[in-house]
Amino acid sequence: MRTMTYSQAIYETMREEMARDPNVVLIGEDVGAFGGVWGVSGDLVTLYGEDRVRDTPISETAIVGAGLGAAMVGLRPIIEIMFGDFMPVAGDQLVNQVAKARYMSGGKAKIPLTIRVTTGAPGSAAAQHSQSPEGWFMNVPGLKVAVPATAADAMGLLRTAIRGEDPVLFFEHKMLYAVQGEVPDDADHATPFGEAVVRREGRDLTLVAIGGMLPMAMQAAQTLAGEGIEVEVVDPRTLVPLDKETILASVRKTSRLIIAHEAHKRLGPGAEIAAMVAEEGIGSLDGPIMRVAARNVPLPYSPDLERFVLPQVEDIVEAARGLVGYRL
Amino acid sequence: MSETPYTTEMLLDLYHQMALVREFELRAINERRAGLIPGFIHSCVGQEATAVGACAALASDDVITSTHRGHGHLIAKGGEPRYMMAELAARTTGYCGGKGGSLHMTDFSLGILGANGIVAGGIPIATGAALAFQQKREPRVALAFFGDGATNEGAFHEALNLAGLWKLPAIFFCENNLYGEGTPQDKQAAVTDLAVRAEGYAMPGVTVDGNDVLAVYEATKTAADRARRGDGPTLIVAKTYRQRGHYEGDPMVYRSRAEMDDWKQHDPVPDFRVRLLAEFGVSESEITGVEGRVQAALDEAVAFAAASPKPEPETALAGVYADTHDGLVF
Repeated sequence: MRTMTYSQAIYETMREEMARDPNVVLIGEDVGAFGGVWGVSGDLVTLYGEDRVRDTPISETAIVGAGLGAAMVGLRPIIEIMFGDFMPVAGDQLVNQVAKARYMSGGKAKIPLTIRVTTGAPGSAAAQHSQSPEGWFMNVPGLKVAVPATAADAMGLLRTAIRGEDPVLFFEHKMLYAVQGEVPDDADHATPFGEAVVRREGRDLTLVAIGGMLPMAMQAAQTLAGEGIEVEVVDPRTLVPLDKETILASVRKTSRLIIAHEAHKRLGPGAEIAAMVAEEGIGSLDGPIMRVAARNVPLPYSPDLERFVLPQVEDIVEAARGLVGYRL
Repeated sequence: MSETPYTTEMLLDLYHQMALVREFELRAINERRAGLIPGFIHSCVGQEATAVGACAALASDDVITSTHRGHGHLIAKGGEPRYMMAELAARTTGYCGGKGGSLHMTDFSLGILGANGIVAGGIPIATGAALAFQQKREPRVALAFFGDGATNEGAFHEALNLAGLWKLPAIFFCENNLYGEGTPQDKQAAVTDLAVRAEGYAMPGVTVDGNDVLAVYEATKTAADRARRGDGPTLIVAKTYRQRGHYEGDPMVYRSRAEMDDWKQHDPVPDFRVRLLAEFGVSESEITGVEGRVQAALDEAVAFAAASPKPEPETALAGVYADTHDGLVF
């Protein structure tokens, strides 16, 4: 095991995969000399040249479309979209082209395209630089949606995405970039999609924590343990495909479910997970399914307002207390 | 008879493809009325010379992206009428197994990266293919077909800028049929001459008679040679006319009968036939031989489509992903 930040884990994976396969290229705004606006691509342009680490104009439609076309004829592009908020600029290419190319062709197209995109609120970045758009794309069949929450998964899921044959939206949470974690030494460390992981075991309540909410969920679980409430924290790791079995098995054990995510509550990823558990596991439940998520307003600039809108550790703790105390 | 660099074989091949495109469209329109084809059709009747002339200038491993009006492009790039007709008929034997239809026909083995239901949607994709060819140092070219309407989409401008900036081996081929859906070009574009748009992206903008298959061929050949030399992309604007509506059933209230009748006097298929006889000394019997083969091929294509099985409903779940997650509902 080595210890590194989430950001370094992504960098290392790109560096290793580019060394391993000349068809892997990185394309995006400021990924070259700048090293990525979040610093993730670092010195890759020095290592692999401007051909393979390609700075683009600010043209999200062209970037995504070019990634798709290049993937169709043999490259394995990694595309970077600087902020998830900019994905609608490339909306047609993402939703109508990338997602559907394989299906429309009758299953003939292989689209080995990894779309790295940042998600989450970095603090006072306001309404167009703070969103968590994962849920928007869960509604578009053909895309895979990865939400790594640790350095090891950032590495493992990214490697799976780059080596795979399907388009992946890889959501990197901005507030996780600097978080340290252990990663395996294995240069082929890859995390399968559709396999959730139980981060903490507990008998009283299942807490599904998505992406950037994982550290808060672990903190809330710690607090609740002090009150005698044992929380089982489940990290789905990918939202599409979703590991329903691990979530349902945990709910069967605990009889209670809270889903925490930074995306807006209305039709966020939690809505799908809640509906899935209601359809397939309602008999196990001893209370309502709760969602701890952003309130349904655009993200405000003021730190005070932003804190009020975004889900906090205490929101999870309160929801858990309420749910454990719930009587039918 | 004029001096010509074209062999009779090539000329007859061009005529064969143009006649095949025309007849394919007419048969598809009939079969849709007859009930074999469930979806809508945007026919390219009148635009045969652009598709055939452009693809004749490409190598077999060059690639194209096509449009909603794409049947001609597919045939010209080697698509087989029987698999196309079967796809229109939504049969398992069609190019996409009945999942794509007219708007999404694709055959990667022929370099057809897909028709497209979104105006300008294929332009960035062709640009990306050109980027891959440049990156891999392969002497291949990517050609994007699109209509005049697409030149008003952001995707067109972003993609041309990228291609011009990086000198990609791309050809941007605009079939200017004077209408974007039901609105004439002069009510859509701020410029009259669409080729001037190339200037903003540091590439040549070439205007050509899109109803003259040889002129289209020459312009595309020049652009392809330039791309292969590493000198970058070209915008070709081929002036043509959409003889039928935007889609079959379009009431066409937005243009006059006189205009349509006038353009039928400049119909690329019969015009080329006349030229073959008068200018190139091709014999009537050679031409009727080609026409007979076209009819036979389409009789066979329609029969093949009609006799092919319809897909089993549950196969709708397959073909989303390339790995074991395919076919799972989640």
